[in-house]
Amino acid sequence: MAASSHTATDLDIVNVTKRFGSHAAVDDVTFSVAPGEFFSILGPSGCGKTTLMRMIAGFEHPTSGDIRIRSKSMIGVPANRRPVNMVFQSLALFPMMSVGENVAYGLTCRGASRAEAEERAGRMLERVGLKGFGERRVTALSGGQRQRVAIARCLVLEPTLVLLDEPLGALDLKLREHMKIELKQLQGTFNTTFAYITHDQSEALVMSDRIAVMNQGRFEQVGSPRELYHSPATPFVASFVGETNRWQGQAASASNGAVAVRLSSGAVVQGQGSGAAQALAFVRPEAVALAQDQSSLANLPNRFEGRVSAVLFDGAASSLLIDTAGFAEPVRAVLPQAGPLAGIEVGAPIHVGWTADAMKVFAA
Amino acid sequence: MIAKPAQSLTLFLLLAPALLWLGLLIVLPHVEILILSFSERVAPRVYAFGFGNYLEFFTEPLYWRTFARTAFMSILVTALTLVLAFPIALYIARVAQGRLKAMLLLLCLLPFWVSELVRTLGWMILLRETGVISYALRAVGLASQPVELLYNDGAVILGLVYGGLLFMIVPLANALESLEPAVVEAGYDLGGSRWTVLRRIVIPHAMPGIVAGCIIVFMLTVGNFATPVLLGGKNGLWFTEQIYAQFITRFNWPQGAAFGMLLLLLSSAIVWLGLRLTGQSLGTTLKQA
Repeated sequence: MAASSHTATDLDIVNVTKRFGSHAAVDDVTFSVAPGEFFSILGPSGCGKTTLMRMIAGFEHPTSGDIRIRSKSMIGVPANRRPVNMVFQSLALFPMMSVGENVAYGLTCRGASRAEAEERAGRMLERVGLKGFGERRVTALSGGQRQRVAIARCLVLEPTLVLLDEPLGALDLKLREHMKIELKQLQGTFNTTFAYITHDQSEALVMSDRIAVMNQGRFEQVGSPRELYHSPATPFVASFVGETNRWQGQAASASNGAVAVRLSSGAVVQGQGSGAAQALAFVRPEAVALAQDQSSLANLPNRFEGRVSAVLFDGAASSLLIDTAGFAEPVRAVLPQAGPLAGIEVGAPIHVGWTADAMKVFAA
Repeated sequence: MIAKPAQSLTLFLLLAPALLWLGLLIVLPHVEILILSFSERVAPRVYAFGFGNYLEFFTEPLYWRTFARTAFMSILVTALTLVLAFPIALYIARVAQGRLKAMLLLLCLLPFWVSELVRTLGWMILLRETGVISYALRAVGLASQPVELLYNDGAVILGLVYGGLLFMIVPLANALESLEPAVVEAGYDLGGSRWTVLRRIVIPHAMPGIVAGCIIVFMLTVGNFATPVLLGGKNGLWFTEQIYAQFITRFNWPQGAAFGMLLLLLSSAIVWLGLRLTGQSLGTTLKQA
């Protein structure tokens, strides 16, 4: 999908830069989105992702670069003439209209007759599971229902691209988890291209076909959720996407991609990556093997002895913090839910280890 | 719930000024005027109950014509004020930021630091035959002789619109300010033109403010006295002048009282009609004002 030719893209962003005074909110960003793809832009607040999205929608204008939708440049095309519709962070439903009128609004703007607009709005509401809600006030809907109205309002126009600006931010946790799956399913059934921006890595990882990680106006890495998680290209991606252990040190020796790093706190670890003088080493908690005796970790290049300093119980996402000699910060590992270590308590001695492959080393 | 005696006394004392104000200055005089309006003079210094004062209003064309003219002109002035104030309020509420916003509101308020009479005299200085505009027209050669711009309906409408502008801008700007920017953007994003967004999103949202502003401006205009008299002269023909004439010139208090009651009925009826037509309730409207 990602390797498709240029004519088969829905959205092309070409060297787009947006400056506010001397500050570049978006700094020379280039990417393409294929038809039917769920593409996410993930980044901390203030990284420029909202500005980028507003430029695609037509509310901001790039200082330089080009935005193309189905190969047609959108420079100079006003927001109301772009084949792009946006689901706003606040949803921005029209409170002065009923649910049905909200969905029919875009159709009547295009010159559809009232009867036709109402009929199509009714069918769209049915498809998003809101049959018979047409007459209700939008204020009388629950959070999840409002969400669906906001999406239906866009999808009824059959846009080339739907932009979603952190639409799940205002929902409570349970509903958010549910809406993640629902959004993904909706996108699948309508086969519409979605561009989704979020600061929540879990939202991006669960829903996206591809994710762009954005930081300080630039794309750090573009890839599938698995690529980003397992082979981050930069230290920012390694620490921003998913939980991770992060240590600082000096690369001691490097050969063939294998790097030994002497941490500032003393320990020497073996990892994979580039061997600059100043190095950052990352290892995922789930890559850290735990054992009660050293012998079972004998084949791992990184082996250390520690003591459990905290048990952070959170169901399937539970973790252990292990104070380990030679490490400034405790090692974070996944709490085993079965086996001899399942009932481990604070203060218990423990052995930790991980492979050199699991440890990513970057120049700091 | 039964309040303690001390509490109810405090409540009473706190409410007393407002109740006295309402009772002594508004309710009592109106009851008095109502009673007065039903007393007919049957002989010198002898009065009896009757509807004669009201009959007089309907039989004398000058009275009801002035009355109808006042109502019509007031509606026109209110509509003109709304049309003029809307873009200004839109600018203040949605475009202007921080200091500029405060400055603009102050600028609207500034003329009200001088009395209405002085402001109206200011318009007279501009509009009269020997006034500034007449002089300027002659100076640039657009007129060969002095132009009288005073003492016509245009001058009256101008003065009344000017006086009502602030009272329209403030509730409008309040109503427009509460419109979420994303809702307007969504209006454009889904394909709406400027006109569609204005008609289907901005105006419906501002409706309580529009109605509030219209009620205030209409009430002020219908009850205005100085502006129509000074700018309209003999051609002013405002109903308040008729009331003034009955009370002061002709010393016919019962007739004046009847006219006063009719004016009260007129403005109440038109406000009620306006609320019905726009589907607004008085409660939400008052919150905006």
